[in-house]
This record gives sequence, C-alpha cells and structure tokens, in this order.
Amino acid sequence: MTQRPPSFVVRAPTGTYRSLNPATKLATAAAEVVAAFFLGLWTGPVVVLVLVVLTAFVAGVARRLGVVAAVTIPIVASIMLINSLLYPGATDVIARIGPLAPSISGFLFGLQITIRLLAASLALGVAYLTTRTGDLLADLERRGFGRRASFIIGSAIETVPRTVTRAAEIVDAQRARGLDTEGRWWRRVRGIVPLAAPVVFGALTEVEERTMALEARAFSTPGPRTVIRTLPDSGRQRAVRWALLLGLVLLVGLRLTGHLAVVP
Amino acid sequence: MSLRLAGVSYRYAGSPNVVLSEVDLVVEQGEVVGIVGPNEAGKSTLCLVAAGLAPGTIAGRLEGTVTIDDLTTSTARPYELAQRCGSLFQNPGTQLSGTTLSVWEEIAFGPRNLGLALDEVVARVNAVVSTLEIGELVERAPARLSGGQAQLVALAGVLALQPAYLVLDEPTSQLDPQGTNLVGDALAGLAARSNVGILVVEHKTDLLAGIASRVAVLDAGRIVAIDASADILADERLPGWGVDQPSSVRLARAAALRGVSVG
Repeated sequence: MTQRPPSFVVRAPTGTYRSLNPATKLATAAAEVVAAFFLGLWTGPVVVLVLVVLTAFVAGVARRLGVVAAVTIPIVASIMLINSLLYPGATDVIARIGPLAPSISGFLFGLQITIRLLAASLALGVAYLTTRTGDLLADLERRGFGRRASFIIGSAIETVPRTVTRAAEIVDAQRARGLDTEGRWWRRVRGIVPLAAPVVFGALTEVEERTMALEARAFSTPGPRTVIRTLPDSGRQRAVRWALLLGLVLLVGLRLTGHLAVVP
Repeated sequence: MSLRLAGVSYRYAGSPNVVLSEVDLVVEQGEVVGIVGPNEAGKSTLCLVAAGLAPGTIAGRLEGTVTIDDLTTSTARPYELAQRCGSLFQNPGTQLSGTTLSVWEEIAFGPRNLGLALDEVVARVNAVVSTLEIGELVERAPARLSGGQAQLVALAGVLALQPAYLVLDEPTSQLDPQGTNLVGDALAGLAARSNVGILVVEHKTDLLAGIASRVAVLDAGRIVAIDASADILADERLPGWGVDQPSSVRLARAAALRGVSVG
C-alpha cells in the first residue's frame, strides 16, 4: 500500500490571503516594493502603503505588522531628523541654529523617503507574516529552485527570530552578571557591546556547526530533493503573477525613459 | 564490516598542533564504543575524523586512513558518507535544519535530500519515529522542543538516513537528567534492537556504563587505554585522566572502604 505523509504535513494554509500560493504573495510584495520606489514621488508610496495596510487587516496580521512598523522607528526618526535639519540647498529654511537649518523642503523630502521605506518594508512584512517558511521553501523547490538557494532563503528568514531569541538569552546572562541594560540611554548604549559580540561570534560558530550538521544529513547530494507536498495554485493566480511581473517591467521601463515624470 | 581508524593523526589547517596522534580504533556493527577523556583530549576531533567530516568539511591534514566499510573517508563524497555514518553533535539547536514546520518534516529532511521516492521517505520517517518512540512529537514545531526532545529529533533525522554507524559527540552534554535519560534510553534501545555500530563520546560515565560494550580513554590525542566497558570504568587510573567513575563504582569503593560488601 502506498504510504502518504500525515495530513498535518500536506495541509495547506487557510484564510483569505494566507491561502494564496507563496509565489503569488512574493510577486505581490515585489510589485509593491517596485511601485513604492518607481511610481512618482508620492503616488506610489502612498498607494502601496494604503494597499499594504488594507491587506494586513484582511489577512488578520495588522497587529503584528504594527510591530514591524515599530521596528523601523529608529531609521525613520533619523531620516526625518537629518533631512529636516540638514537638507542641502534648501531655499525655505525656517531658522538657523548653529549648523542646523530646519526647512520645509527637507521635511517633505524626509517624509517622502519615510513613506517609501515604510511601504516597501511593510509590503515585505505582510508576505513574511502570511507565509510559513516551510511553505515558501516547499513551493520554491517544487518550481525547481536549487536546494542550496532555497535553504539560504529559508535560513535567512529564520535567522531573524533565532537571533532575537539568542540576543534575549545573552541579555539575561549579562544582566545576571551585573550589566545594566536598562534606564538612561547611555547605559543602554554601553550595554550594546557586551551584547553584540556574543551574538555575532555565537552566530559565526553556529554557521560551522550547522554546515557540518547539513553535510551529515546528505544535504550536498546531487539532484532534486523529494517533494512531499504541493501547495494549491490556480490559473487565476498564475495570471495575476504574470500581470504583476509585466506591470513591474513596464513600470521600471517607463520610469527609466522618463515617461512617469508627470506622476506626482 | 566496520568503522576503522588506522594510524590516524590529525591537525587543523593553520595550526601546528597535532590534535590526534596515531589513533587505532575499530567499531564493529552492533557494537557501542564509548570514548572518555579530559577536556582538550581531542574527543570532538576524533568524532569529526571518524565521520569523515574532517578534513571533508573542516580543513586539516589527515594522516593514516579512516574507512567506513569499503569507503575511505578522504576520497568519499560527504553525502556518501552521510548514508554510512550518521553524526550527532553537542548542541541540539544547531542540528535541526531550522526550515521545517513539524518534527515529521524535520526527520524527513535527510531522506528528502537523497531524492528518494515519497513512499520510501514516509516509510523511513515512520520507522524511525516508531524506533525512538517519539510519535507524540511529530506534529510539534521543531523550534518548540525541549533540549532532550530536540536531541532525540536530531538523532531521528540522522537515523532516517539508515547509517550503519553512528558517531555521537557528547549527545547529552546540554541536557538535564530527564533529557539525558531520553537520549540514553534511545541509544540503548537502538544498540539492542539494531545492528548499528555506535561511537559515543560522553563525560557521563553512568550513561556509558549502561550502553557501551567497550570504552577507550583518549588523552592528549592518543588512546591510552581501551578495554571492556566494565574494566575501563572501574580502572583506578580513570580519575587521573580527568574522568569521573560511574556512581556505582564510586559507591562500591566507598562501601568497601567502610567494610560493607555490595552484592
């Protein structure tokens, strides 16, 4: 009798957006990122941001996407500050305070970059939050993606939560030895070095161990891996992906040839 | 048929120090050989060399020969070696692929690498799950396992490649007593029910006393003693080599000193 994998292995994800094929979600995210950067100064970023937020609500990941947005706050804050206060060649400077020259144009430029960056990172965030790594890899491998390339993508995605967990363990260990990592900002900054070094060196050591463990599990065997499940796909989704790809190429082409100059 | 190290010396690339020196060791199928020794004795290097991961994956200079049945490790491909000799390291966290959604898929990782038919992959995973009695774990996410459970799953992943030999480098070093018992019971069961040859480095001599038929002492890269497990673990020189004797031996000795006979 033919043996099949258990049902929990072959079960496809459910939900309005989650159930889409990973390739469709990746294509959507890629198109949104390109649109955020190539479609006008404000139009692309704002439209993409609205779309992404709506998608997050539909997919039920709005709260978690808020956490992703919060992570960008330090970058966003520095972009806004630097551009608002130090925008080169600004003609609408409000006041001069030493080397600082706050200007409206600098503020607007910073806001533009911020929305663009936010739109792009949240578009990728939605894809990440609605796609399980295993599903993505299963689909990539089914499409003939090389095992090494697939594994690198999967590992890169999984590195984020693993590093966060490891960092939390090291913070606890350093606190137990008396390091002050809370309170005033300079204390927090001073606590970064004894935290960063073990995280980085630990990650490097892990790479060697993981490489050996992979070799010990025949990872370098030539030829394709066994596919254990196929995620649902449809003609409609395939058409959408092709349309997104064509639109993406068209957008880049129009932008490079200057045909999108009229879009605000 | 055996895993055989003959006149093996090893030094890592860029290092002048010889880590293993003139090591001769044979592990027959169905036999469990324990390795004990002080820190820096070369135990982990012995594991890497025996499994063919050094110098295959970790650069270094190997003298002598390591053969796994008819394969010479210095010329065999890593994936060929993986099917003959499975390796398990100290840290369970780094041995799982980190890309699978369930324990079942994690165990299937190795067989899938071989490109086996789906039927065969399923059969192998189910067989290993049954052998190690970890049926209740298969639906769990690998990232949410305890240390002992993760080490069992890592062992299952290696066994699913159906190797004739296993090389285990302190498989219980990061485990609590409960986790140690889980892995120890699994190894004992494996040795008893299958014909797998096991080379295991372990500081916990109580564990070795229960599963190993022979034990070798490695000191400064050389095997300084090798004999039947009961004889080596009762050897009075063992503490001098930086190895604790099993609690049963210590208890018997303490009792004898007080004139109490232990049956």
